[in-house]
Amino acid sequence: MSVLADRIKEIIKPENLVYAKSPVLNDDIMHYCPGCSHGVVHRLIAEVIDEMGIQDQTIGVSPVGCSVFAYKYIDIDWQEAAHGRAPAVATGIKRVLPDKYVFSYQGDGDLAAIGTAETFHAVNRGENIVMIFINNAIYGMTGGQMAPTTLVGQITSTTPYGRNVDLNGYPLKITELLAQLPGAAYVTRQSVQNPAAVRKAKKAIRKAFEVQALKKGTAFVEVVSTCSSGWKLNPVDSNKWMEENMFPQYPLGDLKDSSRADADLYRIKG
Amino acid sequence: MAKVRGAVIVDTEVCKGCNLCVVACPTQTLALNRNVNNKGYHYSYMENPENCTGCTNCSAVCPDSCITVYRAKIE
Ligand SMILES: Cc1ncc(C[n+]2csc(CCOP(=O)(O)OP(=O)(O)O)c2C)c(N)n1
Ligand code: SF4
Ligand code: SF4
Ligand code: SF4
Ligand SMILES: [Mg+2]
Repeated sequence: MSVLADRIKEIIKPENLVYAKSPVLNDDIMHYCPGCSHGVVHRLIAEVIDEMGIQDQTIGVSPVGCSVFAYKYIDIDWQEAAHGRAPAVATGIKRVLPDKYVFSYQGDGDLAAIGTAETFHAVNRGENIVMIFINNAIYGMTGGQMAPTTLVGQITSTTPYGRNVDLNGYPLKITELLAQLPGAAYVTRQSVQNPAAVRKAKKAIRKAFEVQALKKGTAFVEVVSTCSSGWKLNPVDSNKWMEENMFPQYPLGDLKDSSRADADLYRIKG
Repeated sequence: MAKVRGAVIVDTEVCKGCNLCVVACPTQTLALNRNVNNKGYHYSYMENPENCTGCTNCSAVCPDSCITVYRAKIE
Protein backbone atom coordinates (compact mmCIF):
# COMPACT_ATOMS: atom_id res chain seq x y z
CA MET A 1 0.00 0.00 0.00
CA SER A 2 2.75 2.46 0.79
CA VAL A 3 4.34 1.74 -2.61
CA LEU A 4 1.01 2.68 -4.13
CA ALA A 5 0.73 5.79 -1.97
CA ASP A 6 4.21 6.82 -3.14
CA ARG A 7 3.23 6.32 -6.77
CA ILE A 8 0.11 8.44 -6.31
CA LYS A 9 2.29 11.15 -4.75
CA GLU A 10 4.53 10.95 -7.82
CA ILE A 11 1.52 11.60 -10.06
CA ILE A 12 -0.16 14.35 -8.06
CA LYS A 13 2.19 17.19 -9.00
CA PRO A 14 1.38 20.49 -10.68
CA GLU A 15 3.19 19.50 -13.89
CA ASN A 16 0.93 16.46 -14.25
CA LEU A 17 -2.34 18.36 -13.88
CA VAL A 18 -4.75 17.53 -16.73
CA TYR A 19 -8.05 18.81 -15.34
CA ALA A 20 -8.94 21.33 -12.66
CA LYS A 21 -12.09 23.30 -11.97
CA SER A 22 -12.47 26.31 -14.24
CA PRO A 23 -11.24 29.59 -12.72
CA VAL A 24 -14.46 31.18 -14.06
CA LEU A 25 -16.43 29.13 -11.51
CA ASN A 26 -16.28 30.52 -7.99
CA ASP A 27 -16.15 28.46 -4.79
CA ASP A 28 -19.83 28.62 -3.86
CA ILE A 29 -21.26 25.11 -3.55
CA MET A 30 -24.10 24.81 -6.06
CA HIS A 31 -27.59 24.42 -4.62
CA TYR A 32 -28.61 21.93 -7.32
CA CYS A 33 -29.67 18.39 -6.44
CA PRO A 34 -27.00 15.67 -6.78
CA GLY A 35 -26.41 14.83 -10.45
CA CYS A 36 -28.37 17.78 -11.85
CA SER A 37 -27.50 18.66 -15.47
CA HIS A 38 -27.53 22.37 -14.60
CA GLY A 39 -24.20 21.92 -12.81
CA VAL A 40 -22.54 20.30 -15.82
CA VAL A 41 -23.77 22.98 -18.21
CA HIS A 42 -22.65 25.75 -15.85
CA ARG A 43 -19.19 24.22 -15.87
CA LEU A 44 -19.10 24.00 -19.68
CA ILE A 45 -20.13 27.64 -20.05
CA ALA A 46 -17.43 28.66 -17.55
CA GLU A 47 -14.80 26.60 -19.38
CA VAL A 48 -15.74 28.11 -22.76
CA ILE A 49 -15.64 31.65 -21.34
CA ASP A 50 -12.24 30.92 -19.82
CA GLU A 51 -10.80 29.34 -22.96
CA MET A 52 -12.07 32.23 -25.14
CA GLY A 53 -10.63 34.73 -22.66
CA ILE A 54 -13.90 36.67 -22.46
CA GLN A 55 -14.63 36.61 -18.71
CA ASP A 56 -14.78 40.40 -18.44
CA GLN A 57 -16.73 40.75 -21.70
CA THR A 58 -19.54 38.29 -20.99
CA ILE A 59 -22.95 39.08 -19.49
CA GLY A 60 -25.36 36.30 -18.56
CA VAL A 61 -29.10 36.65 -18.05
CA SER A 62 -30.45 34.14 -15.56
CA PRO A 63 -34.04 32.89 -15.53
CA VAL A 64 -36.65 31.91 -13.01
CA GLY A 65 -36.36 28.20 -12.33
CA CYS A 66 -33.75 26.15 -10.50
CA SER A 67 -31.02 28.07 -12.33
CA VAL A 68 -32.27 31.39 -10.95
CA PHE A 69 -29.03 31.39 -8.95
CA ALA A 70 -26.71 30.77 -11.92
CA TYR A 71 -25.21 34.18 -11.13
CA LYS A 72 -23.91 32.84 -7.84
CA TYR A 73 -21.59 30.36 -9.52
CA ILE A 74 -20.23 31.65 -12.83
CA ASP A 75 -17.94 34.59 -12.13
CA ILE A 76 -19.07 37.08 -14.81
CA ASP A 77 -21.56 39.94 -14.95
CA TRP A 78 -25.19 38.86 -14.67
CA GLN A 79 -28.69 40.24 -14.82
CA GLU A 80 -31.58 38.26 -13.35
CA ALA A 81 -34.75 38.45 -15.48
CA ALA A 82 -38.42 38.00 -14.64
CA HIS A 83 -39.82 34.55 -15.50
CA GLY A 84 -39.49 33.92 -19.25
CA ARG A 85 -38.19 37.39 -20.06
CA ALA A 86 -34.47 36.59 -20.32
CA PRO A 87 -34.33 36.91 -24.15
CA ALA A 88 -35.94 40.37 -23.95
CA VAL A 89 -33.52 41.46 -21.23
CA ALA A 90 -30.59 39.98 -23.19
CA THR A 91 -31.80 41.89 -26.26
CA GLY A 92 -31.64 45.16 -24.38
CA ILE A 93 -28.19 44.48 -22.97
CA LYS A 94 -26.78 43.37 -26.31
CA ARG A 95 -28.18 46.40 -28.14
CA VAL A 96 -26.72 48.82 -25.62
CA LEU A 97 -23.41 46.94 -25.35
CA PRO A 98 -23.02 45.30 -28.78
CA ASP A 99 -19.40 44.31 -28.22
CA LYS A 100 -20.16 42.19 -25.15
CA TYR A 101 -20.95 38.48 -25.29
CA VAL A 102 -24.51 38.17 -24.01
CA PHE A 103 -26.34 34.94 -23.29
CA SER A 104 -29.56 33.84 -21.68
CA TYR A 105 -29.74 30.66 -19.63
CA GLN A 106 -33.25 29.22 -19.30
CA GLY A 107 -35.21 26.12 -18.37
CA ASP A 108 -38.07 24.69 -20.40
CA GLY A 109 -40.77 26.18 -18.19
CA ASP A 110 -39.09 29.55 -18.54
CA LEU A 111 -38.19 29.45 -22.24
CA ALA A 112 -40.97 27.29 -23.71
CA ALA A 113 -43.97 28.12 -21.49
CA ILE A 114 -44.25 31.54 -19.87
CA GLY A 115 -41.50 33.00 -22.07
CA THR A 116 -42.58 31.58 -25.44
CA ALA A 117 -43.32 35.01 -26.90
CA GLU A 118 -39.99 36.50 -25.81
CA THR A 119 -38.16 33.43 -27.10
CA PHE A 120 -39.76 33.47 -30.53
CA HIS A 121 -39.48 37.19 -31.11
CA ALA A 122 -35.87 37.45 -29.96
CA VAL A 123 -34.89 34.69 -32.39
CA ASN A 124 -37.13 36.08 -35.12
CA ARG A 125 -35.43 39.46 -34.77
CA GLY A 126 -32.14 37.62 -35.12
CA GLU A 127 -30.78 39.10 -31.92
CA ASN A 128 -27.05 38.46 -31.73
CA ILE A 129 -27.23 36.60 -28.46
CA VAL A 130 -26.63 33.03 -27.28
CA MET A 131 -29.58 31.22 -25.74
CA ILE A 132 -28.85 28.16 -23.60
CA PHE A 133 -31.97 26.04 -23.12
CA ILE A 134 -32.04 23.38 -20.38
CA ASN A 135 -34.84 21.02 -21.35
CA ASN A 136 -35.56 18.62 -18.49
CA ALA A 137 -39.21 18.15 -19.49
CA ILE A 138 -40.49 19.43 -16.17
CA TYR A 139 -40.75 22.44 -13.86
CA GLY A 140 -37.94 21.40 -11.52
CA MET A 141 -37.93 24.31 -9.12
CA THR A 142 -41.60 24.37 -8.19
CA GLY A 143 -42.00 20.66 -7.52
CA GLY A 144 -42.07 18.78 -10.80
CA GLN A 145 -45.15 20.07 -12.62
CA MET A 146 -45.80 19.34 -16.30
CA ALA A 147 -44.00 21.59 -18.78
CA PRO A 148 -44.85 22.05 -22.48
CA THR A 149 -41.89 19.73 -23.14
CA THR A 150 -43.14 16.92 -20.85
CA LEU A 151 -43.37 13.64 -22.78
CA VAL A 152 -46.66 11.90 -23.61
CA GLY A 153 -47.41 9.56 -20.72
CA GLN A 154 -44.80 11.17 -18.45
CA ILE A 155 -45.83 11.30 -14.81
CA THR A 156 -45.46 14.69 -13.16
CA SER A 157 -47.09 16.22 -10.11
CA THR A 158 -49.78 17.78 -12.33
CA THR A 159 -50.12 14.72 -14.61
CA PRO A 160 -50.20 11.95 -11.99
CA TYR A 161 -51.61 9.48 -14.55
CA GLY A 162 -49.16 10.56 -17.25
CA ARG A 163 -49.43 13.36 -19.81
CA ASN A 164 -52.59 12.83 -21.81
CA VAL A 165 -52.66 14.60 -25.18
CA ASP A 166 -56.45 15.00 -25.12
CA LEU A 167 -56.17 16.96 -21.91
CA ASN A 168 -52.65 18.38 -22.00
CA GLY A 169 -51.66 18.67 -25.68
CA TYR A 170 -48.38 17.53 -27.19
CA PRO A 171 -44.71 17.88 -26.20
CA LEU A 172 -43.42 21.12 -27.73
CA LYS A 173 -40.38 20.79 -29.99
CA ILE A 174 -39.59 24.46 -29.69
CA THR A 175 -36.05 24.05 -30.98
CA GLU A 176 -37.32 22.66 -34.32
CA LEU A 177 -39.72 25.60 -34.61
CA LEU A 178 -37.01 28.16 -33.83
CA ALA A 179 -34.65 26.62 -36.40
CA GLN A 180 -37.11 27.64 -39.11
CA LEU A 181 -36.87 31.34 -38.26
CA PRO A 182 -34.50 33.28 -40.53
CA GLY A 183 -33.08 35.04 -37.47
CA ALA A 184 -31.66 31.79 -36.10
CA ALA A 185 -28.01 31.44 -37.09
CA TYR A 186 -27.01 28.29 -35.21
CA VAL A 187 -29.41 25.83 -33.63
CA THR A 188 -28.28 22.62 -32.01
CA ARG A 189 -29.49 20.02 -29.52
CA GLN A 190 -27.00 18.44 -27.16
CA SER A 191 -26.87 16.44 -23.91
CA VAL A 192 -24.41 15.92 -21.05
CA GLN A 193 -25.04 12.39 -19.74
CA ASN A 194 -21.64 10.85 -20.53
CA PRO A 195 -18.09 12.09 -21.26
CA ALA A 196 -18.48 12.00 -25.06
CA ALA A 197 -21.76 13.92 -24.94
CA VAL A 198 -20.23 16.46 -22.55
CA ARG A 199 -17.31 17.10 -24.90
CA LYS A 200 -19.69 17.58 -27.86
CA ALA A 201 -21.93 19.89 -25.86
CA LYS A 202 -18.94 22.00 -24.90
CA LYS A 203 -17.92 22.35 -28.56
CA ALA A 204 -21.47 23.42 -29.39
CA ILE A 205 -21.50 26.05 -26.63
CA ARG A 206 -18.15 27.35 -27.82
CA LYS A 207 -19.43 27.54 -31.37
CA ALA A 208 -22.53 29.42 -30.20
CA PHE A 209 -20.33 32.08 -28.58
CA GLU A 210 -18.19 32.29 -31.72
CA VAL A 211 -21.29 32.68 -33.89
CA GLN A 212 -22.33 35.61 -31.70
CA ALA A 213 -19.13 37.40 -32.66
CA LEU A 214 -20.05 36.94 -36.36
CA LYS A 215 -23.29 38.91 -35.75
CA LYS A 216 -25.29 36.58 -38.00
CA GLY A 217 -28.23 36.04 -35.67
CA THR A 218 -29.23 34.03 -32.65
CA ALA A 219 -27.24 30.99 -31.52
CA PHE A 220 -29.50 28.52 -29.73
CA VAL A 221 -28.22 25.51 -27.77
CA GLU A 222 -30.74 23.11 -26.28
CA VAL A 223 -29.34 20.67 -23.74
CA VAL A 224 -31.63 17.70 -23.14
CA SER A 225 -31.24 17.38 -19.38
CA THR A 226 -32.26 15.41 -16.33
CA CYS A 227 -34.19 16.40 -13.23
CA SER A 228 -33.75 13.46 -10.91
CA SER A 229 -35.85 15.07 -8.18
CA GLY A 230 -38.73 15.88 -10.50
CA TRP A 231 -38.51 12.52 -12.24
CA LYS A 232 -38.18 10.65 -8.93
CA LEU A 233 -35.18 8.63 -10.15
CA ASN A 234 -31.57 8.58 -9.00
CA PRO A 235 -29.07 10.50 -11.19
CA VAL A 236 -27.74 7.41 -13.00
CA ASP A 237 -31.23 6.07 -13.75
CA SER A 238 -32.29 9.57 -14.82
CA ASN A 239 -29.63 9.50 -17.52
CA LYS A 240 -30.89 6.10 -18.69
CA TRP A 241 -34.49 7.32 -18.69
CA MET A 242 -33.44 10.37 -20.67
CA GLU A 243 -31.63 8.28 -23.29
CA GLU A 244 -34.56 5.90 -23.67
CA ASN A 245 -37.44 8.37 -23.55
CA MET A 246 -36.24 11.91 -24.23
CA PHE A 247 -33.87 11.28 -27.15
CA PRO A 248 -36.53 9.72 -29.46
CA GLN A 249 -38.67 12.83 -28.95
CA TYR A 250 -35.77 15.30 -28.88
CA PRO A 251 -33.09 13.88 -31.21
CA LEU A 252 -29.57 15.23 -30.75
CA GLY A 253 -27.54 17.10 -33.34
CA ASP A 254 -27.33 20.36 -35.27
CA LEU A 255 -30.61 21.63 -36.71
CA LYS A 256 -29.17 24.67 -38.46
CA ASP A 257 -25.77 26.20 -39.04
CA SER A 258 -25.51 29.35 -41.14
CA SER A 259 -21.83 29.70 -40.30
CA ARG A 260 -21.13 26.81 -42.68
CA ALA A 261 -20.13 27.45 -46.30
CA ASP A 262 -23.00 25.23 -47.48
CA ALA A 263 -25.45 26.94 -45.12
CA ASP A 264 -28.17 27.38 -47.74
CA LEU A 265 -28.27 23.66 -48.47
CA TYR A 266 -28.28 22.90 -44.80
CA ARG A 267 -30.97 25.38 -43.84
CA ILE A 268 -34.38 23.99 -42.98
CA LYS A 269 -36.80 25.27 -45.62
CA GLY A 270 -39.23 27.59 -43.86
CA MET B 1 1.13 -4.37 -9.33
CA ALA B 2 -0.43 -2.45 -12.20
CA LYS B 3 1.22 0.72 -13.44
CA VAL B 4 -0.20 3.86 -11.90
CA ARG B 5 -0.58 6.50 -14.59
CA GLY B 6 -3.35 8.71 -13.32
CA ALA B 7 -4.80 9.96 -10.07
CA VAL B 8 -7.73 12.11 -9.04
CA ILE B 9 -8.44 14.27 -6.03
CA VAL B 10 -12.09 14.60 -5.05
CA ASP B 11 -13.11 17.66 -3.05
CA THR B 12 -15.07 15.51 -0.63
CA GLU B 13 -17.00 18.35 1.01
CA VAL B 14 -18.27 19.58 -2.38
CA CYS B 15 -19.14 16.09 -3.70
CA LYS B 16 -22.83 15.18 -3.56
CA GLY B 17 -22.38 11.46 -4.10
CA CYS B 18 -24.38 11.48 -7.33
CA ASN B 19 -22.46 8.44 -8.62
CA LEU B 20 -22.14 9.83 -12.17
CA CYS B 21 -18.32 9.78 -12.05
CA VAL B 22 -18.32 6.20 -10.77
CA VAL B 23 -20.42 5.09 -13.75
CA ALA B 24 -18.37 7.18 -16.22
CA CYS B 25 -15.01 5.77 -15.11
CA PRO B 26 -13.88 3.16 -17.66
CA THR B 27 -11.39 1.53 -15.26
CA GLN B 28 -13.53 1.04 -12.13
CA THR B 29 -11.20 3.31 -10.20
CA LEU B 30 -13.92 5.16 -8.36
CA ALA B 31 -16.58 4.18 -5.85
CA LEU B 32 -18.77 5.96 -3.34
CA ASN B 33 -17.26 5.91 0.14
CA ARG B 34 -19.07 4.14 2.97
CA ASN B 35 -18.36 7.26 5.02
CA VAL B 36 -20.25 10.49 4.47
CA ASN B 37 -19.15 14.13 4.30
CA ASN B 38 -20.53 16.89 6.53
CA LYS B 39 -23.65 17.14 4.35
CA GLY B 40 -24.30 13.41 4.65
CA TYR B 41 -23.29 12.48 1.12
CA HIS B 42 -21.32 9.31 0.34
CA TYR B 43 -18.49 11.05 -1.47
CA SER B 44 -16.57 9.59 -4.41
CA TYR B 45 -13.03 8.29 -3.87
CA MET B 46 -10.39 6.16 -5.57
CA GLU B 47 -11.25 2.67 -4.42
CA ASN B 48 -8.81 1.15 -6.94
CA PRO B 49 -6.22 3.88 -7.45
CA GLU B 50 -3.89 1.57 -9.37
CA ASN B 51 -6.46 1.49 -12.21
CA CYS B 52 -6.62 5.23 -12.95
CA THR B 53 -5.34 6.37 -16.35
CA GLY B 54 -6.06 10.07 -15.86
CA CYS B 55 -8.56 10.02 -18.75
CA THR B 56 -10.72 12.87 -17.26
CA ASN B 57 -14.02 11.07 -17.95
CA CYS B 58 -15.01 11.48 -14.30
CA SER B 59 -14.33 15.20 -14.20
CA ALA B 60 -16.20 15.63 -17.50
CA VAL B 61 -19.49 14.42 -16.05
CA CYS B 62 -19.21 15.84 -12.53
CA PRO B 63 -21.96 18.45 -12.01
CA ASP B 64 -20.17 19.94 -9.02
CA SER B 65 -16.70 20.36 -10.53
CA CYS B 66 -15.10 18.64 -7.56
CA ILE B 67 -12.65 16.32 -9.34
CA THR B 68 -9.06 17.32 -10.18
CA VAL B 69 -7.18 14.94 -12.48
CA TYR B 70 -3.44 14.25 -12.85
CA ARG B 71 -1.71 12.08 -15.42
CA ALA B 72 1.91 10.98 -15.64
CA LYS B 73 4.02 8.43 -17.48
CA ILE B 74 5.56 6.17 -14.90
CA GLU B 75 8.00 3.36 -15.78
C1 LIG C 1 -44.49 35.04 -13.07
C2 LIG C 1 -44.19 33.72 -12.38
N1 LIG C 1 -44.99 32.66 -12.60
C3 LIG C 1 -44.74 31.48 -12.01
C4 LIG C 1 -43.65 31.35 -11.19
C5 LIG C 1 -43.40 30.00 -10.52
N2 LIG C 1 -42.28 29.28 -11.14
C6 LIG C 1 -41.03 29.37 -10.64
S1 LIG C 1 -39.95 28.42 -11.47
C7 LIG C 1 -41.15 27.87 -12.51
C8 LIG C 1 -40.86 26.88 -13.61
C9 LIG C 1 -39.44 26.48 -13.71
O1 LIG C 1 -39.27 25.45 -14.63
P1 LIG C 1 -38.09 25.46 -15.67
O2 LIG C 1 -38.00 26.75 -16.38
O3 LIG C 1 -38.28 24.25 -16.54
O4 LIG C 1 -36.78 25.36 -14.78
P2 LIG C 1 -36.14 24.12 -14.00
O5 LIG C 1 -36.37 24.42 -12.57
O6 LIG C 1 -36.80 22.86 -14.47
O7 LIG C 1 -34.70 24.18 -14.37
C10 LIG C 1 -42.38 28.43 -12.21
C11 LIG C 1 -43.63 28.14 -12.93
C12 LIG C 1 -42.85 32.47 -10.98
N3 LIG C 1 -41.76 32.41 -10.18
N4 LIG C 1 -43.12 33.65 -11.58
S1 SF4 D 1 -35.17 20.05 -8.98
FE1 SF4 D 1 -34.42 19.13 -10.87
S2 SF4 D 1 -33.64 20.84 -12.14
FE2 SF4 D 1 -33.85 21.57 -10.00
S3 SF4 D 1 -31.82 21.28 -9.06
FE3 SF4 D 1 -33.05 19.45 -8.60
S4 SF4 D 1 -32.58 18.00 -10.25
FE4 SF4 D 1 -31.91 20.04 -10.93
S1 SF4 E 1 -9.40 9.91 -14.62
FE1 SF4 E 1 -10.41 8.28 -15.83
S2 SF4 E 1 -9.59 6.40 -14.99
FE2 SF4 E 1 -9.10 7.98 -13.48
S3 SF4 E 1 -10.85 7.95 -12.05
FE3 SF4 E 1 -11.34 9.47 -13.61
S4 SF4 E 1 -12.54 8.34 -15.13
FE4 SF4 E 1 -11.48 6.80 -13.87
S1 SF4 F 1 -19.73 13.20 -10.15
FE1 SF4 F 1 -18.87 14.73 -8.73
S2 SF4 F 1 -20.51 15.12 -7.25
FE2 SF4 F 1 -21.04 13.24 -8.32
S3 SF4 F 1 -20.20 11.60 -7.01
FE3 SF4 F 1 -18.64 12.07 -8.53
S4 SF4 F 1 -17.32 13.62 -7.57
FE4 SF4 F 1 -19.20 13.52 -6.38
MG1 LIG G 1 -37.36 22.44 -16.44
